[in-house]
Amino acid sequence: MSNITNIIAAGLGGQGVLKITDILADVIFRAGLDVKKSEVHGMSQRGGSVSSEVRFGDKVNSPMVPAGEGDILVVLDASQLEVARPVLKEDGILITPADVPTDKLSNPKALNVMLLGALSAKLPQFPADLFLAALKAAFPEKLHEANEAMFKLGRGE
Amino acid sequence: MKLLASGNEAVAMAAYDCGVTLGCGYPGTPSSEILDEFSKHGGNAEWAPNEKCAMEVAIGAAYTGARALVTMKHVGLNVAADPFFTIAYSGTPGGLVVISADDPGMASSQNEQDNRRYAVAAGVPMFEPSDSQECYDFLCEAFELADKFRSPVLFRMTTRVCHSQCIVERRFADKPMAKKAAAFTRDPKANVMVPAFAKLAHKRMRADLHTMQQLNEKGSYTIEKSGSADLGIITSGISYQHVLDAAPEASVLKLGMTYPLPMDTIRAFAAKVKRCLIVEEGDPALFEQIMAAGITVENKPEAFRFGELNVSRVRKLIAGDLSPEPAGAPGKPPQLCPGCPHRKTFEVLRDLGCIVSGDIGCYTLGVMPPFSAIDSCVCMGASVTVGLGMRHTLPEAEARKVVSVIGDSTFLHTGINGIVEMVYNRPATGHVVLILDNRITAMTGCQENPATGRKLDHSPAYAVSLENIVKGIGVDNVDIIDTTTETEKFAELLKLRLASNDCSVIIARRPCILAVAKMAKMGKN
Repeated sequence: MSNITNIIAAGLGGQGVLKITDILADVIFRAGLDVKKSEVHGMSQRGGSVSSEVRFGDKVNSPMVPAGEGDILVVLDASQLEVARPVLKEDGILITPADVPTDKLSNPKALNVMLLGALSAKLPQFPADLFLAALKAAFPEKLHEANEAMFKLGRGE
Repeated sequence: MKLLASGNEAVAMAAYDCGVTLGCGYPGTPSSEILDEFSKHGGNAEWAPNEKCAMEVAIGAAYTGARALVTMKHVGLNVAADPFFTIAYSGTPGGLVVISADDPGMASSQNEQDNRRYAVAAGVPMFEPSDSQECYDFLCEAFELADKFRSPVLFRMTTRVCHSQCIVERRFADKPMAKKAAAFTRDPKANVMVPAFAKLAHKRMRADLHTMQQLNEKGSYTIEKSGSADLGIITSGISYQHVLDAAPEASVLKLGMTYPLPMDTIRAFAAKVKRCLIVEEGDPALFEQIMAAGITVENKPEAFRFGELNVSRVRKLIAGDLSPEPAGAPGKPPQLCPGCPHRKTFEVLRDLGCIVSGDIGCYTLGVMPPFSAIDSCVCMGASVTVGLGMRHTLPEAEARKVVSVIGDSTFLHTGINGIVEMVYNRPATGHVVLILDNRITAMTGCQENPATGRKLDHSPAYAVSLENIVKGIGVDNVDIIDTTTETEKFAELLKLRLASNDCSVIIARRPCILAVAKMAKMGKN
């Protein structure tokens, strides 16, 4: 269990929270590690709180991150910080929109991709190319160029 | 072939690879994605008007020797319980697997009933997968068992299993089974459940369950992990995954087929450990059966009967720690979308001070501020009939304020009978039913229904007319109105109908904004 890494994304319905963890889980799967991803669907598209969790390592059991054991928390909306915070461990890494150049967003909807870039920088074991390949697989072709730019800005490149 | 898949996707792939001829269901979180995925893989799938219809269509298919799958959420099985209990007696020559997706914690449901009780009550064998891989593997096993015993099989999933993604080895991706040839064989003794034949069928069913128990003792559906002799945990489903993290030192007996239980295996396991604890989400269903078999085991504290389990809660459960659990900051609750056609409808209901008998769907969110305009919500279809009951007993001045609101899909599900009740046993003040017709089954992710004019795969279909149904039943007035663009007119019309002693239906028709966007994306508008 000690080799398990826990990552959480939290925001509001419509912000693309699940897209972040979808792409992350795909990256980890492509890298050949065990991975599980969990969230609750249902009411999420009605603008309510949404959070999604990814756990990876040699062998993952529970798909849910225990409270206080999150290694990295990505928050897409400031209102969700207090809601999601208890999942993060004391020395865990918090990533918020304040950490990325949101003034350079091509479209407010791309915030999730920019934050994915910031997240990728905290996971050096997975090469950026792997993220870019998973990012491409998750969106239609017309968005590929803009997404790559937003991802790189978020990554600090 | 390995891939990342949710439990629902894994079930859909398994159904396709097992040669399922027909998949039927009614949408309901957390089960809704299964049939869509099955259809995308090339399976033949349909949305039925309700779960009872879905199960009966699947029974018919399985009577001809075909493999059939039925999907629904936990409360859907209440609707389909009537055929379920009797098909348990007769069985079907083709495999019939019934998926019940339970929602412990009520992420999107009106109750957290534990449908493992249905397996025991009906005498139907049951599988409980704990991750996506088991969703795939156990569904294949379920069809094998169904074929072998001519018995329906209950496949009980839960929200976390349905929606969590894990790595799945799709073992039969390259060699899917052919669909079984369908043919009719006359066999009234087996298939006609009149008392004389049903008495025989019941005995056969109980004998088969005994044989299935012996099969379950062989251990191919069970995982036993040796660990500490001080602590043994018996578990199933998602709880198993939490147990592995919460108590890595414990001995664990993980059951895959949880009815009929392998009691000899359980007895032997319990005898090996000093403390034998049952860790299960929801009801003490395993605990009660195991205790009834004369095996002494320890139940979880009552506090853990409520809500989902997780690793932290399982740690507390094992420690017997009954200290209050951290409540956590409340998240932002869901709400009616900006631009939702229900918004204006609920503003008018609120402003007129109506007593609103509500139903199951997005519009249940009309209970939230700023509308606060839903006064009851029980189950699918109940709005019409609960409203009628209120009308019958309330003093006239209050009775006149009662309005029933029901969505298009919910109306077709179990609302039609309420309209029949309304015109047959008319309240003295009449009644007003609002059908909130947003042209889609919205709450569960915009699935098609019999009134949308499209099938499950969005191909064209006959569109059932809501107005013709209610006219045919014989209501006094039927009006169709767009409450967003004609809000004033709607308010005046509603006042007029409430003041009369007529039985009236007003169809508030305007498409769901999410569905419009989704259909445009698919080029279906």
